[in-house]
Amino acid sequence: MTRFVLHRIGFYVLIAVLLAFFTVPLLWLASAPFTSDPTYQVRLPDFTSENFRAILDNPYALGSLWNSVVLAAGTAVLVVVFAALAAYALSRVRLPGRDALLYTLLLLSSIITGTAAMVPLFQLAVELHLIDSQLGLILIMTGGLLPAAIFMMKDFMDSTPKSYEESARVFGASPLQIVRHVVVPLVRPGLATIAVWAVANVWGNFLMPYLLLSDVEKQPAAVIMYTLYTEGGQANIKLLATFGLLYSVPVVLMYLFVSKKYGFRFHGGIKR
Amino acid sequence: MSAIELRGLTKVYPGGVKALDSLDLAIPDGEFFALLGPSGCGKTTLLRTIAGLETATGGAVVIGDRDVTGLQPGARDIAMVFQDYALFPHMNVTDNIAYPLRIKKVGKAARQQKAAEVGARLGLEQLMDRRPGQLSGGQQQRVALARVMATQAQAFLFDEPLSNLDARLRLEARTFLKKLQHELGVTTVFVTHDQAEALAMADRMAVMESGHIRQIGTPAEVFQRPANTFVAGFIGSTPMNLLDGVVRGDTLEVSGCKLAVPQSAEGLLHDGEKIVYGVRPEYNVYSAGPVDGSLGGNVSIVENLGASYLVTLDVNGVLVQAVVPEGHEPLIGDEGYALPRRDRALIYRDGELVPA
Ligand SMILES: Nc1ncnc2c1ncn2[C@@H]1O[C@H](COP(=O)(O)OP(=O)(O)OP(=O)(O)O)[C@@H](O)[C@H]1O
Ligand SMILES: [Mg+2]
Repeated sequence: MTRFVLHRIGFYVLIAVLLAFFTVPLLWLASAPFTSDPTYQVRLPDFTSENFRAILDNPYALGSLWNSVVLAAGTAVLVVVFAALAAYALSRVRLPGRDALLYTLLLLSSIITGTAAMVPLFQLAVELHLIDSQLGLILIMTGGLLPAAIFMMKDFMDSTPKSYEESARVFGASPLQIVRHVVVPLVRPGLATIAVWAVANVWGNFLMPYLLLSDVEKQPAAVIMYTLYTEGGQANIKLLATFGLLYSVPVVLMYLFVSKKYGFRFHGGIKR
Repeated sequence: MSAIELRGLTKVYPGGVKALDSLDLAIPDGEFFALLGPSGCGKTTLLRTIAGLETATGGAVVIGDRDVTGLQPGARDIAMVFQDYALFPHMNVTDNIAYPLRIKKVGKAARQQKAAEVGARLGLEQLMDRRPGQLSGGQQQRVALARVMATQAQAFLFDEPLSNLDARLRLEARTFLKKLQHELGVTTVFVTHDQAEALAMADRMAVMESGHIRQIGTPAEVFQRPANTFVAGFIGSTPMNLLDGVVRGDTLEVSGCKLAVPQSAEGLLHDGEKIVYGVRPEYNVYSAGPVDGSLGGNVSIVENLGASYLVTLDVNGVLVQAVVPEGHEPLIGDEGYALPRRDRALIYRDGELVPA
């Protein structure tokens, strides 16, 4: 009996420690921006809006958030469209060596956006006059995310029965009509997943925009955050905390929105 | 409305499975035609090849007076109900039924009206706003039928349209489907592996075995005169007795008993040749006492069929079945005699009916 109680106590203590480990930074993020003199400790805020005013005075802060939105949205749209089309084709057309192709792509993708390819990528961007261009960055990040996206998307495509499409085909629908009327609505949760995943990836990416965009006006929030120093060269905790909060809110909102709108549902219609 | 004709149709799947082997089949305009056969014999393949979802390896598909072998499914002017119905889960019943019209660029108002019309005809008025997931199996089946009707295609193809329904509903749906097809008069090919379903619904039927058609005929022809031992064993709710025998002069010797030659084979048999003697249990007249020209033995099993009993006799080691009216069923171990009706018994030589 006492053994059991001790067991339970130990278990809950472990859970509490784990929870604290994740909660404390979040609490800090929620309270520090509203505190006049934030430190690295979590303290009750005095609800000042001073820090927000300060961040708005920073000439690049708001613009960088907008840049992040542009980069993330652009990349997500391209990734979703290309991944959906490629995955559909790969899922429905029999190709010799299809699986080998997919795994090779997946392997290459970790190299493309990985550090190893930075120099060649940089040179390629320069040659193509895509350096210091948001479009260039979007294309490169799309390229990096696509293989994994295709891989995930193919799984969704594989799990939707073919007879829906065949049925539409017999009624005379063209391949594009089939994709628009039947396939896309059926794999919509999958598309939403890929989009969210792509946005989150771009949103948090520091290295690529840091290397490929030198114009501060074009840099996204993840890079601007790196520039928030005091005159003394110390990290500016006030601005960092406030900007950090502004930086995370859009992503959280997106998760909530997408999970409410496209949460994993399947309406049925195939009798199994 | 159009006739369907298949000429030397062959389908070999990648990997070498020959699912259809040079099939010839002519289905006249307006006929309700059943494709029957055991699992894996190629029924679905045949239907999908007619629809154009599989490309034929050889031969031709002719619908009406058009050779459609090289055409896309959408250009063949046919409509198909899939075994799983394939109703679009993200569309409500109206949109599902109207979908073929949407592809044909019919205006929204016109196609919704048509959907409402067809839906009402199949008793779906109350369900038009529901999604397929909110319908019972029987209702889904009717939506699938309505969607096919809305196409006004030249021919309908049904792949096991009833197999997803429970036994009771299946009987209802069977009658309903037959009536509907009769009213519409559209050439219809339907696939089933249930011989009772094929017998009950079809105008004519084909029995298939591993890519070949083994017999084509009306249900009555196929039931009464199965062309070969495969069909004989496949058709009928209780399988036909197929007994090895030898011709002895004017009579037959079948597992130690002396039987008369059936009427249909009179004068066509040669002394000493080996044959298979076929008789349905329903056409075996059972009696408790010895009868001339009957199969005698001991009762080994008695099965209740409802209004009658299926009695299995052990005739010198060979099992022979007979149907006995209720009230006359014997006990296990009793002596029993089964007298085949001479006008119904059949003779097979090398697996084929005599006379062919
Ligand atoms: N896509 C395919 N690739 C290779 N072989 C196939 C394919 N589809 C079917 N086959 C084979 O072709 C043969 C006929 O299959 P088919 O599906 O037409 O049978 P069926 O008569 O419809 O059977 P069931 O009653 O089980 O539906 C089978 O041996 C099957 O394994
Ligand atoms: Mg089948």
